[in-house]
Amino acid sequence: MLNFILKRLGLAVLVAFTVSFISFSLLFMAGDPAVALAGETASGEDIEALRKLYGFDRPMLVQYGEWLWSALRGDFGESYYFRLPVASLIAERLSVTMTLGLCGITFALVTAVPLGVAAAIRPNSIIDRVALFLSVAGQAMPSFWFGLILIVLFAIKLGWLPPSGASTPAHFIMPTIVLGYYAMPAIMRLTRAGMLDVLSSDYIRTARAKGAPEMRVLFRHALRNAIIPVVSLAAVQMGFMLGGSIVVESIFALHGAGYLAWESIARNDLPTVQALILVFSMFYIVFTFLADVLNAWLDPRMRSS
Amino acid sequence: MTMTDTPDPLLKDIIGPTPSQMLRKRVFGHQGLLIGASVVGLLLLVAIFAPLLAPHDPYAQSLMTRMQPPVFLGGDWNHPLGTDHLGRDYLSRLIYGARVSLMIGVIAALISGVIGTAMGVAAGYFGGRVDMVVTFLINVRLAMPVVLVALAVVAILGGSLQVVIMVLGLLLWDRFAVVMRASTLQVRGREYVAAARAIGASTPRVILSEIMPNIANNLIVVVTLEMAHAILLEAALSFLGLGVQPPTPSWGLMVSEGKNMMLFEPWMVLIPGAVLFVLVLAINLMGDGLRDVTAPENRS
Amino acid sequence: MDKPLLSVRNLTLDIPVGGGTLHAVRGIDFDLKRGETLCIVGESGSGKSLTSLALMGLLGKTIKRSADEMAFDGIDLTRANARTMRSLRGARMSMIFQEPMTSLNPAYTIGDQLTEALLLHKSVGKDAARARAIELLEKVGITAAASRLSQYPHQLSGGLRQRVMIAMALMCEPELIIADEPTTALDVTIQAQILRLLYDLGREMNMAMILITHDLGVVARVADKVAVMYAGELVETGSATEVFNTPSHPYTRGLLRCIPLPGKTERGSTLGTIPGIVPSLIGDVAGCAFRTRCPHAVPACRGEIPRHATEGHVFRCVHADGKRHAEEATA
Repeated sequence: MLNFILKRLGLAVLVAFTVSFISFSLLFMAGDPAVALAGETASGEDIEALRKLYGFDRPMLVQYGEWLWSALRGDFGESYYFRLPVASLIAERLSVTMTLGLCGITFALVTAVPLGVAAAIRPNSIIDRVALFLSVAGQAMPSFWFGLILIVLFAIKLGWLPPSGASTPAHFIMPTIVLGYYAMPAIMRLTRAGMLDVLSSDYIRTARAKGAPEMRVLFRHALRNAIIPVVSLAAVQMGFMLGGSIVVESIFALHGAGYLAWESIARNDLPTVQALILVFSMFYIVFTFLADVLNAWLDPRMRSS
Repeated sequence: MTMTDTPDPLLKDIIGPTPSQMLRKRVFGHQGLLIGASVVGLLLLVAIFAPLLAPHDPYAQSLMTRMQPPVFLGGDWNHPLGTDHLGRDYLSRLIYGARVSLMIGVIAALISGVIGTAMGVAAGYFGGRVDMVVTFLINVRLAMPVVLVALAVVAILGGSLQVVIMVLGLLLWDRFAVVMRASTLQVRGREYVAAARAIGASTPRVILSEIMPNIANNLIVVVTLEMAHAILLEAALSFLGLGVQPPTPSWGLMVSEGKNMMLFEPWMVLIPGAVLFVLVLAINLMGDGLRDVTAPENRS
Repeated sequence: MDKPLLSVRNLTLDIPVGGGTLHAVRGIDFDLKRGETLCIVGESGSGKSLTSLALMGLLGKTIKRSADEMAFDGIDLTRANARTMRSLRGARMSMIFQEPMTSLNPAYTIGDQLTEALLLHKSVGKDAARARAIELLEKVGITAAASRLSQYPHQLSGGLRQRVMIAMALMCEPELIIADEPTTALDVTIQAQILRLLYDLGREMNMAMILITHDLGVVARVADKVAVMYAGELVETGSATEVFNTPSHPYTRGLLRCIPLPGKTERGSTLGTIPGIVPSLIGDVAGCAFRTRCPHAVPACRGEIPRHATEGHVFRCVHADGKRHAEEATA
């Protein structure tokens, strides 16, 4: 088990480095940050001076090394636009995004898992068809459009919920639904498929042969096994959702890290974009790592090997 | 009467339909596949014949007739779906928008399909180091936030149709690689592959004529799903203002432009979004249907 | 004691399939007394496992079950509701399945799974249940029983798992135990051990046992009663001695010819085979299902088949002696 964790951790670190390198080179190729920094009215000499000042004239690998070294110590440089340290800028915005992400995945799990279980218990029943319809529709729904529809309906027409902002819990309801709805179909499908598979297994027959009540068979014997892959998926979806928060945050004007990313891209604020790409991939890496560990702990076959 | 006079009912003729008859039956018995394929086919025709179908030039502005409502909200038949904030015909822009969406979906899926399939098949077939490297690259790719990276790159390179297609094509290969790797692994161990190798077939030959035909069904399914994915992403990028740039008629852009008018003219958001939803839904239905039809053992 | 523990009359199982109805089991009758061992023999797909699942009330929802009588110790199983069936299963009747590798839940320890039935059905404490589990594990020949309780199924070999399954079935001292080919998935060397164990325990606890198998060698050693099943029907039932000494249905004789008997089968002679394939049971099935493979088939085999009963020995064939004498004459 410890061996597995260490191996997995090594891989996670390696992935993180590679991601940071790729995103750095992508943005490096992007052209001259000095131009962006100097602004449209700057003269050639101004740009040249800035280039020297920031060291943009040095080879890419040197710049990457320097950036990485600082990043490892928590220093992501200074935002071109805000003129503030990127690290504190992001830290300040992350709480909104994390809250949104946790609410979203919770919403997805508490709706998708029961629905998937119910659908698997009675395949081809009405509830199964409804679940299937919701998942197919959910996968095709453009989240920005879904968000706007909710705003029109619940904020404008009905006036029940605030259309944008993040000051009260009520502000998080619609963003949570939009973000969570994105993860629902996959979780629902996997739960259903897993339950169907497990319910037809020999050990479920054994449990029934023991005279175990149906609820016990379904939840203690079946769901306990079917939920294992769902845990991994939920973690992966959580990683994707934080990356997807950029759309949701822009619709609902939630000033989280996603919103910051959107603004920074539009403003060519490279250090901030750079750092945000790394932060979002770190989230994905950490979540999948935790999921693998949790998975290994849930599955006795992996725990002992 | 002897035993041989009439065939014994216990020995009924058990010769079933041929595989192609069975496939035909499954295809035509699958509602989702039929509906999905017809809608996609229809929209494809609309995209191809856009110049013939569109009542107006999608770029023609007319400040005199701005924000006309659609006919069902009291507008006139000259602009069946009304006009936008620049007086451009909404229906014509929708029709041309189908071109943008489908072109992005098809080409991006093709590019990512080639990359991902090559990686996945190589990993599955050769195993060992190749597999390790590919699996690592898949992990790296999955760790990169797609929307964010796509937005950043498009912002840098400028939001033309070609750039959006290239960026999406280069980003969406992960599912191809994952699925093709798994399918190849499964097929690689089969007897006919061993047989082909035993008679001295070259590696490219084994891959092309033994492996590929047997994983093609999975490939088709992933192609449809990634098409849908690319179309949704393009719309999201354009909606955020960092994808296809105006005045190109992209559905995501139309939603974005309509957003400002949402309070008074919600149809400007509803219509392009609904069309986008229908197209993606149809492609997904088609993909799910193809999966069911080509893999009957997976049907529940 | 003369009243049978289990009696089954005209048990019929129909499975709706794409092109009609599969008549998987048709009109089965048998009785089983306490302490008796009944062996049901037959080829794969003859409906043996379905019959046992029907007795336990574990059939899939789509399978239609009907019977004139199906009584366990006076309880009418045809009318028993889910609750009654649950209170019987695992407590008074239990089942051992064919696949020890997959019949244990991978997520729980052996101890959890062993004690579950006892904790569900009897008001005993956890410690008492554990003690009983250890006792039974030792009884089924598992060493270091106490430490096994905290192990998971994947840590055990197939033979050990099947021993655990047997111990699990015995936890509540059931009156009836149904073992569905309990040894087919195991190594040949372990098969004999497991069967011997099962048989001894059955005797020791005075349990009635239904042993489903296609291994006639096993049947000869353990059975009190034998029921021969072919394509969903019991073609011959009777005491083990009668069925083995005077096999009356042509199918039974065919089966017996397929196994070598020490002393009886001559060295160098070929073993018998039954030519042909099992017929399709979809749609109307009339007459004797074996007629397509039977050497003595006549046109009348397609009609109503008479039932010949002498004492407990019953078989169904149009020929009054099943053409036994004719075969013996030519042999």
